[in-house]
Amino acid sequence: MTKLVLKGRPVVDGVAEGEALVTRDTISGFGGIDNKTGEIIEVRHELRGQSFAGKVLVFPGAKGSSGWASHFQTARLNKAAPIAMIFKHTTTKMALGAVIVRAPAVTGLDKDPIEVIKTGDWVRVDGNTGVVEVTPAAERP
Amino acid sequence: MAIMILSDDEKRVLDGAEGEARAHAMDLIVRYGKALGADRLVDTNSVCGGFVGALPGRRDVIPENIRGDMEAVYSLLNLDSDKKLSIPPVKAMTYRLIDAMDPDKWQVQRVSEQTREISQSVGEFCSQIGVNRCNTCTPYQVGVVPVFGEHCAWMESSAVIYINSVIGARSNVEGAHSAAAAALTGKTPYWGYHTPEGRRGTHHVRIEKVPETMLDWGLLGYWIGEKVQDRVPVLTGIDHPGNPNFYKHFGAAAASAGGVEMYHIVGQTPEAPTAEMAFSGRALEGELLYGPAQREEAFSYFSTATETKVDFVKIGCPHASLEQVRQVATLLDGKKLHAETDLWVFTPRQIKAIADRQGYTETIENAGAHLMSDSCAALSKVYPAGVRVAATDSAKQAHYMPAILKFQTWLGTTEQCVDAAITGEWRGGLS
Repeated sequence: MTKLVLKGRPVVDGVAEGEALVTRDTISGFGGIDNKTGEIIEVRHELRGQSFAGKVLVFPGAKGSSGWASHFQTARLNKAAPIAMIFKHTTTKMALGAVIVRAPAVTGLDKDPIEVIKTGDWVRVDGNTGVVEVTPAAERP
Repeated sequence: MAIMILSDDEKRVLDGAEGEARAHAMDLIVRYGKALGADRLVDTNSVCGGFVGALPGRRDVIPENIRGDMEAVYSLLNLDSDKKLSIPPVKAMTYRLIDAMDPDKWQVQRVSEQTREISQSVGEFCSQIGVNRCNTCTPYQVGVVPVFGEHCAWMESSAVIYINSVIGARSNVEGAHSAAAAALTGKTPYWGYHTPEGRRGTHHVRIEKVPETMLDWGLLGYWIGEKVQDRVPVLTGIDHPGNPNFYKHFGAAAASAGGVEMYHIVGQTPEAPTAEMAFSGRALEGELLYGPAQREEAFSYFSTATETKVDFVKIGCPHASLEQVRQVATLLDGKKLHAETDLWVFTPRQIKAIADRQGYTETIENAGAHLMSDSCAALSKVYPAGVRVAATDSAKQAHYMPAILKFQTWLGTTEQCVDAAITGEWRGGLS
């Protein structure tokens, strides 16, 4: 097993693990996601048509309208939210959104998560300690 | 790593000395502050928030058993509490942003009776807890004007960029929950644009094509937002003050294109008497030049429309000023709209009251157009039936309309937009 361990700053408490969905594009709430399905709907987004529901979402951060947390709260209430979040850029939208999604979240990792985590990898996010463990897709149990 | 230090008063509220709702709100503010990496909170007495129980998309998610119970809905949608809290009056002066409809024109807006009822209950609940129902995205146009240096907790990106940059007040862009929690506690995390270092410039934008019209300012804002994303641009080369309309459009465009929350115009805005002061030693992250080619590039971003027959013209994003309402009235004076084209102008209720008195409203409505308040086409999702092609004078609205309402959208000057409403044809373009 070549498990990769990353260390960062805890943002939201809790521990969760699951399949990663990774993007280089920031995500918008209003006009960016379908909060019923967790699908990305923004026209020029590289994940357009894919859903983050039940995934560990790895992304640069939040953009767009100040309703970001509200849209992600709606996704959570529709059971379409990510189960954990790993992001790079801290903004008010991102921080509040992470709190409202109520899923473990970590930022400020010692390696660029968008470079080292691939979609489909198995990722464990510890929001209490800031530790992220990545098992490559090929080696998943 | 930052550790949050709370004052004795803050701890007391967190421990429940002022009841469960304020304790919950304080806990939310503290968790949010920790998520940001803030090490303390700051007092605020100026909060603007979205109290959104009636907005399409949001209300659908309210569990069946609490529909109609606004206190429970507010606990869930504005404070993220699964439990119904007993909501006391707000501590900070708090102002409500856009509502779901115009209470006088809801039928023209094709709002359902059900939505009207929810909107009314949400409104009454706001009054009950002391949230002032401005119902506009531009509270700063209707008397809610912070002073230089004042710590605020405002939502609505176009309003935050305005008060930060033009007035020198200090606010981050809050969300519905952090604004509601700030309203109940009078606290917000001391982070980002509350701190002197967070307000300093990161990008130098040399302006060679100086904006002259509303459209120009919108294009400049949109272009800068695309380029600097959520950083802090410092503009040089503008040697005369803009006006409130220009700054309103410029900021709204920059915020919607990229997430800019603060800018400086050297020699014009209050924290930038000189370029040195605007940057204050912060490392320069980029240098940009805005000339005629960049203006054309900005205009080319708005290419969602191909058909020239226009069904709907929207003016007033952000909500129109009295000057803009007067301009539309002047352009429409004695004219009639094309039979198959609608023109809706959105403005704050207070400005509408003055427009009524001046006769602007009558002139606008005599032409077959509507002057509306309290609402917004894109956010409230109100628009005439059968719209396929729209036109607007706002870069922000032209950004959202194709995505949210699926309209082909033309962007042009106010004159071009009113012309389209009268002729039914888009004859605009960049001059």
